[in-house]
Amino acid sequence: MSSLADRLSKLTDRLSPGRQPRRTSPDPLTLAAVGAGLAATGIGLALWRRSRKNKTAGDSIATDAPHWTLDKPSKRALFGKSVLINRPREELFAAWKVERFPDFMENVVAVEALGGGTARWTIKAPLGREVHLVNSITESVEDQSISWQSEPESEIANSGEVRFADAPAGRGTYVTLILAYDPPAGQIGRLGAKLLQREPEVQARRDLHRFKQLMETGEVTSNASPSARSSETATEPHI
Amino acid sequence: MRAVTWQGRHKISVETVPDPEIVNPRDIILKVTSTAICGSDLHLYDGYIPGMRAGDIVGHEFMGEVVETGAQSTLKKGQRVVIPFTISCGQCFFCEKQQYSACDNSNPSETRDASELLMGHAMGGAFGYAHLTGGYAGGQADYVRVPYSDVGPVIIPDDLPDDDVLFLSDILPTGWHAAVNADIEPGDTVAIWGCGPVGLFTIQSALLLGAGRVIAIDHFPARLALARGMGAEILDYTRVDVREALNEMTGGIGPDACIDCVGMESHGFTADNILDQVKAQFYSVTERPHALRQAILACRKGGRLSIPGVYGGFADKFPLGQLMEKGLTVKSGQTPVQKYTGELLKMIQDGKFDTTSLVSHHAPLEDAAEMYRHWHGEQNDYTKIILKPGLEKGAIQAKSEMENA
Repeated sequence: MSSLADRLSKLTDRLSPGRQPRRTSPDPLTLAAVGAGLAATGIGLALWRRSRKNKTAGDSIATDAPHWTLDKPSKRALFGKSVLINRPREELFAAWKVERFPDFMENVVAVEALGGGTARWTIKAPLGREVHLVNSITESVEDQSISWQSEPESEIANSGEVRFADAPAGRGTYVTLILAYDPPAGQIGRLGAKLLQREPEVQARRDLHRFKQLMETGEVTSNASPSARSSETATEPHI
Repeated sequence: MRAVTWQGRHKISVETVPDPEIVNPRDIILKVTSTAICGSDLHLYDGYIPGMRAGDIVGHEFMGEVVETGAQSTLKKGQRVVIPFTISCGQCFFCEKQQYSACDNSNPSETRDASELLMGHAMGGAFGYAHLTGGYAGGQADYVRVPYSDVGPVIIPDDLPDDDVLFLSDILPTGWHAAVNADIEPGDTVAIWGCGPVGLFTIQSALLLGAGRVIAIDHFPARLALARGMGAEILDYTRVDVREALNEMTGGIGPDACIDCVGMESHGFTADNILDQVKAQFYSVTERPHALRQAILACRKGGRLSIPGVYGGFADKFPLGQLMEKGLTVKSGQTPVQKYTGELLKMIQDGKFDTTSLVSHHAPLEDAAEMYRHWHGEQNDYTKIILKPGLEKGAIQAKSEMENA
């Protein structure tokens, strides 16, 4: 019998193929059963959410929650994340610029400025591929916010905003990243990309934390360390 | 280098692995001279802590010599330092409040997700303690990479031997924090469950903080004897009804403060613990909180409950009504080690703490697998084990042998 920790570690091993040789071949029947169970749970959850949404659609209950935390009616994947960064707002706004993105955006291979606030992004995509985005800044409010929108030639249609707001009691700044995009292969593709750790929401959330680490500590936190797993090096971060 | 690795439940092995390297500017590389096995390493050994992967290097109580420094490190090669088990940046909201164990930067982006899912917020980083706390390699090894070396490491004067200061890495500050969290008032009666290394430091700390009486609870004779030697009255729970005894010793009101130095793997053949054991076998619970349940029922009304013992997840049959109706104040948490190391080092130098009588064995790092087996199975004889890298395999010294040497 394997322990909980054992099973969890096997699970995480499967989530990062290529990093570690597979130690056990999964039983196809078990896999099928798990798949069917997950699908059934997913469908059940979707139906429940739909019925819940229908019930509340007509209501106009006031809420102070940020809009990206509310129910999401559009087909676009909408994501928002706020972090508290213990630095002044002006300093963070000044640091949020294209040249510094590769310092903390792990999946960004290159950002090439095309002039006029437009930039061409090369980003790592699932299965070792790359995807190219062409985004233009639509609005920039000094020390407060930057909004962008993708151009038609962008491979993924996307838009977003980063906001900087003073946190209370001298705690620094709330930095919020809001991102909407059309998942290239729909929701299924999105789920697949998530499993491969290359989904924009996962990337953006982690990059935002790397920005916080870099601004607060001067370095991007790394757990790089040796282990008895031959697939890992002592200088690369690992999951 | 050689390193102690976790390979699965009850499987520890010493392996040859790559040497660590400087990765970030504030890093150092430490050559380990002493490293202890902690009670919480037993939770890893027993497979109760999720997020361990086969091949992880364990160990979070260690000290040694600085052999390499990053560009931004304030340490110098050759310095002797003790490393806190908590990895803390010193610059986030939590570190500025001295809540170092809650550091918001030390758990990397890659490992935070599972931690957030399980706990609600990502835990701070720690050495050698599963991927929920960052997946950092531990210090039961020849060498270890230490991040944020300008914040954590405690520089040790040359005249202090390793054994006097090694426990600044975890169990001494943890015992101190446990007693501080009990908000002890002069003359208080403090009951402490568990006379392992943390419990023994909690006894000493409670008395230093003004407790009138400390009553310690365990069942291993050797550990109870150590507790008595440090000034506690003792209760062997296999021979008395602990709650009745505590009431009778306090005129019926119960102890003013109760401290759970046991954590998730309570011993004892009580009905609740047997049920927890059965559930744990089927992985439906990870916690066996018998000592905590007993502490809540034993504590006086309006008293304080301090929980330094490690818990990992959801607990069954938690006496919440009792906690509320009796109006207890609860404080808990992993120790913010960096907050206390300065004053505790001074107190060690002033001879306030007995840091050595609990050490039962010194053993080579190479014998770690055997030592984990003893630590797990023979807790009466093995009260604290210090591993020494570089010693030849088999050169184990028990305290009795050292005294006769």
